[in-house]
Amino acid sequence: MSLDLSIDRGAMTIGEKLGQISWSLVFLITLVASIGFAMLYSAANGHFDPWASRQMLRFGVGLVVMLLIALIDIRLWMKLAYPLYGIVMVLLIGVDLFGNVGKGAQRWIDLGIIQLQPSEIMKVTLVMVLARYFHGATLEDSGRIPFLIPPLLLVGAPVALVLAQPNLGTSLMLIMAAGALFFLSGVRLWKFGLLIAAVIIAVPLTWQFVLHDYQRDRVETFLDPDSDPLGTGYHITQSKIAFGSGGLMGKGFLQGTQSHLNFLPEKQTDFIFTMLAEEFGLVGSLFFLFLYGLLLLYGFVIAGRCRHQFGKLLALGVTVNLFLYLFINVAMIMGLIPVVGVPLPLISYGGTATLGVMIGFGLLLSVHVHRDVRMSRRGMGDL
Amino acid sequence: MSAYDRDAERQRMLSRRTLVLGGMQVAAVSALVGRLYYLQIVERDRYSMLADDNRISLRLVAPPRGQILDRFGVPLAVNEQNFSVTVVSERAGDVRQILDEVGKLVPLTEADERRIQRDLQRSRAFAPITIKENLSWDQVSAIEVNLPDLPGISIDVGQVRSYPFGEALAHVLGYVGAATDKDLEKSDDPLLTLPGFRIGKGGVEKQFDSALRGAAGTQQLEVNAVGRVIRELSRDNGQPGRETTLTLDAKLQHYVHQRLSAEMSAAAVVMDVRTGGIQALCSCPAFDPNQFAMGIGYDAYQTLLKDERTPLINKAIAGQYPPGSTFKMITALAALESGIVNADHRVNCSGHIELGSHRFHCWRRGGHGTLDMVGALMNSCDVYFYDLAQRIGMDRIAAMARKFGLGDKVGLELPGERPGLVPDPAWKRRALKAAWHPGETLIASMGQGYVLATPLQLAVMTARLASGHAVQPHLAKMIEGQYREQTEWPRIDVKPENLAVVLKGMNAVTNVPGGTAYKSRITIPGMEMAGKSGSAQVRRISMAERNSGVRKNEDLAWRERDHALFVAYAPVEAPKYACAVFVEHGSSGGGVAGPIARDILLECQMLDAARASVAQQPEPAAAPSRPDAGSTGQ
Repeated sequence: MSLDLSIDRGAMTIGEKLGQISWSLVFLITLVASIGFAMLYSAANGHFDPWASRQMLRFGVGLVVMLLIALIDIRLWMKLAYPLYGIVMVLLIGVDLFGNVGKGAQRWIDLGIIQLQPSEIMKVTLVMVLARYFHGATLEDSGRIPFLIPPLLLVGAPVALVLAQPNLGTSLMLIMAAGALFFLSGVRLWKFGLLIAAVIIAVPLTWQFVLHDYQRDRVETFLDPDSDPLGTGYHITQSKIAFGSGGLMGKGFLQGTQSHLNFLPEKQTDFIFTMLAEEFGLVGSLFFLFLYGLLLLYGFVIAGRCRHQFGKLLALGVTVNLFLYLFINVAMIMGLIPVVGVPLPLISYGGTATLGVMIGFGLLLSVHVHRDVRMSRRGMGDL
Repeated sequence: MSAYDRDAERQRMLSRRTLVLGGMQVAAVSALVGRLYYLQIVERDRYSMLADDNRISLRLVAPPRGQILDRFGVPLAVNEQNFSVTVVSERAGDVRQILDEVGKLVPLTEADERRIQRDLQRSRAFAPITIKENLSWDQVSAIEVNLPDLPGISIDVGQVRSYPFGEALAHVLGYVGAATDKDLEKSDDPLLTLPGFRIGKGGVEKQFDSALRGAAGTQQLEVNAVGRVIRELSRDNGQPGRETTLTLDAKLQHYVHQRLSAEMSAAAVVMDVRTGGIQALCSCPAFDPNQFAMGIGYDAYQTLLKDERTPLINKAIAGQYPPGSTFKMITALAALESGIVNADHRVNCSGHIELGSHRFHCWRRGGHGTLDMVGALMNSCDVYFYDLAQRIGMDRIAAMARKFGLGDKVGLELPGERPGLVPDPAWKRRALKAAWHPGETLIASMGQGYVLATPLQLAVMTARLASGHAVQPHLAKMIEGQYREQTEWPRIDVKPENLAVVLKGMNAVTNVPGGTAYKSRITIPGMEMAGKSGSAQVRRISMAERNSGVRKNEDLAWRERDHALFVAYAPVEAPKYACAVFVEHGSSGGGVAGPIARDILLECQMLDAARASVAQQPEPAAAPSRPDAGSTGQ
């Protein structure tokens, strides 16, 4: 295949495209999701209702969406980057204005069938739009400050809206994913240094004027978990107990005492990996991390094999997003970082996070299928 | 630089930075793995323990309290099932409606309703809440029948201490009650912290509490985060309380109680003169220990507390009274033992005796004429004993009194025993910082003045006189499977011939016409009793009153009347039972206390006779339930 550089993948038939899809990645995704089903089954004390069955349905829908996205030409996605970003921005504004309040934050719009969290979708669209912006950029472009102003605005607008919900975790994820793309696009490190310095100055001000009480509590609890053993710290304490008592081999499927006796909070969402670690021990958690690591590796490999800047940046952005989910969630439930309320995609129960990640995987697959398409510097190519 | 070169440079930059990004991710995931290793391997034991702490709730299991039996195995204190109706609100659906339904079967007071509402608000939805306790059998069955229509309702069976003999044994057995803060300070038994757990609060229940209580069991329960019990992991029932057998005879006790109940306020003690085993010990009026075990109300308790007849005090061991003429045996024996006088010593009683400027009166104004020692005891002549007292002095009298169990606690296994008082000059110097007055010896010689004794002490004194042995009273026959009854006691250091004189005097009191209690004699051959009456003056009789004529007891208010006492033993020939009867403000020892003592001693012997005749017939059903019962002291 590597010799066949001249092939015009834009002109591939559906059948050819299906053949190009990385079915091993699809299998890996399904495998990880299946572990999630098993854990949701366990979370409901050995019942498919209410979580596992619905999650399977959602995953099924997500799988179809993912494959459809994968088959659509990457250049079309590039064209659609700005309009999609615009649509999600409108949804985000809508959430801030009319959204339902869940756990002290306005996060979702009830569409009847699905409770849509636009912030989760924004994680993907932000990557798309930044990949689109930096697609044609030379290193000189990336060195010019005026060139960096528009993408900073592209990041700043959704971050401000998500922060206003308020949702600190998602805001941080947006910033970090965007930062990764800036970094990959060749922005000088001293500029990051400058930004970080600005943040250090801004943090006390944010603490004082922007953060909500519950967010301050969370950070304070992280700094001193024993100060509030029955409040926010209680969750982390119980989660650590669940991890530790799982030991090397775990307590066995459906046998986790911390989770099944409800000492573990939110076991079907944020703390689902805790339950996995309790029931399957270190062996189980390492195996799971290995599978997740493979997913990330696929992302890097696909980026490496892609011949156009947009595809590379998109694949890496999606991968970074996935990594951020994993790291923030797992580090949080093990007490390494503050509680920020980030789910573990494919495993945690939740509609939009699953959908968002499946869209991301769809784009990743699309990058892979269309890795060799020709694209002009401005990205319009010859579609 | 060509566009191609720029592109290539950009590609190299991207590859380099991708590697950096990948490296950072590897480092981050490694940190996660390290954390996992730390939590799941290094800290595993600590967290496993914490997980178990979380899920395992240790609960105490209360052991059943040991029964208390009489010497023949008749149950005196038992555990009865106590039925209560409870509701679990999460299963009841509409709690209000269910409560109304239950209210139709079991009447609920407004106070009940308030308590239920409070508990409903305080408790978790799965925790049972008591609606009503102590249900009657009819109420239990009414609820049982309707259970299918009463979701969330269930009948709980608890244990409540029950005293079948009620008031008759109230003072001996005491009762059980919840542990107070003081009890908790004194003991570290975890059972005391158990809600609803009862400990002995008086009498035998308190004295032998550790044996009766048993040891706590434990129950390991798996609970979830809100405390709901998921399942029982293990259970250890602990050590049930041990049975305690007393020396008492329940039938006799019942009889004594009934006999004393005819009086306003009285106490009696019956003991075996050879073993010291208490056969009956009763103080009237009493209280119903069942009421206490269930939790007595404030008003009922205040009524008991304020009653001038002191129903809450066990007068048999904690009531200290002047023994009056029942003390004269001690004076007589002290005189004989001193060698200063013998039984033939004669005194002419003219009705009074002069000592210095004071005149000491005999109870018979006209005097008794000339009496020897037996005659003096038979007539209870005060002047005769004034004479003896003058001759031998207080120290000899006091020493003899102490030999016979007066003046200090006799050590019966009951809480609250009082020591009484045997005065002597040394005591008076110490306690009252005053010199002994010779006249006080005279007063003491007839059991008045400073002398105080409990009915129990008088019974011990009588038993020691009758047996000549230093018997100690005791209540426990068998505790924790061990026989406690001592049957051999050392002889008292007095000459048998001197003791015989005193016993002859006591015999004359009841069995020789003219004796102060001849009317109260037992006429059945072989069951005759010997005794001594006593009437203890409660008020001071002024010279003016004596001149104008001492008022009769019937004319006085109850509180001012003399105490009536009687001590006796039977049968005369081979003494077996000693008895002391005290009737508070009963006026006349011979007339009031004497007949009671007679009836009690007669009942003792009749019961023995009845049991002996039953035992001769091979009828297992009528035999005492315990094979060893009645083997001692029969």
